[in-house]
Amino acid sequence: MTSSIVIVILVTSFATYLSRFLGVVSSEKIKETSKWFRWFNCLAYSTLAALITRTIIFPVGVLDEASYLVRFIVVLTSILIFYLTKRNLVYPTVFSVVFLSVISSFY
Amino acid sequence: MINSKYFFQGFSCIKRMDSPAIALGCCFIAIGALLKNLGFSIQESIFSTLLTYALPGSLVMAESLLVGASLINIFLAVWLVNARLYPMTVSLMPLLMHESQPRWKYYLSCHFIAVSAWLIMKSNYQTVEKENRIDFWIGIGTATWSVAIIGTIIGFIASDYLNKDMMIGLAIVNPVYFGCMMVGAMKTIQVTLSVILGAILGPLFFFITPEWSILFGGFTAGTIAFFVGELNDK
Repeated sequence: MTSSIVIVILVTSFATYLSRFLGVVSSEKIKETSKWFRWFNCLAYSTLAALITRTIIFPVGVLDEASYLVRFIVVLTSILIFYLTKRNLVYPTVFSVVFLSVISSFY
Repeated sequence: MINSKYFFQGFSCIKRMDSPAIALGCCFIAIGALLKNLGFSIQESIFSTLLTYALPGSLVMAESLLVGASLINIFLAVWLVNARLYPMTVSLMPLLMHESQPRWKYYLSCHFIAVSAWLIMKSNYQTVEKENRIDFWIGIGTATWSVAIIGTIIGFIASDYLNKDMMIGLAIVNPVYFGCMMVGAMKTIQVTLSVILGAILGPLFFFITPEWSILFGGFTAGTIAFFVGELNDK
């Protein structure tokens, strides 16, 4: 392993673990029935939703090479399939990867 | 030390038909292939997933390496994109804490906090009594962590056989899978509003401050959802 890549991995790991560690420290003082807990629950869901939509609209990496329209069509169709299949997660997941791969090969 | 009954009960959650194993595996296959293309060895790729275990952070690390960013910049960029793990931890750990369990379990197992394991635990914690939830959680975390590592290895090895169209297809799995899971979790007014407002405000804040958009968008959306939910309950 080259030392520079190992150092980058260690820095990335530390930056990631820091938020988790501080979260456990804060959790020691928060009860699950408190308003603080409910607030943090809302923050967790909203930041996740923000992250997911950002990944779709402003992607990093290869996903950037699929157009906005294609990404939206795939995501919306997948959510529709999720509801049509009584909230089964496997069908929309498999559909999305196959559908986007096929569309990308044509455009 | 760790109750094996609850550990394996948590571990087996990954085997269910609707488990995130497929999506998680696909995402880390893409990461494994990406890391190989960046010049990582297989040991470095495994080491990265083993220690980081957070997909957006790994993507940011890869992107930063591509543009030759400094260590400080990499640290800040990864910390910002992974800061969402803080509210995720605070909204999960109080459900698992019990005075009969040693503290080290919480500080070590918080490494498993990632969207997949977090969502599984959130939808299953009530099925386990509080005293044993941490062992159940360690089981879930170990299972999802293992899938991520195996996915990275497969991606690294298969990268020569994956064309760009397949890589694009694999990259959409993560937002689609977790998007569906989030939509499925919209059962209370607070969670529903949090998800809808977060999905709107996150990208909107991107136009003001791309680096802080997830945190600012998430914070604003979550706080509005919290107050609306509290007012609605009165």
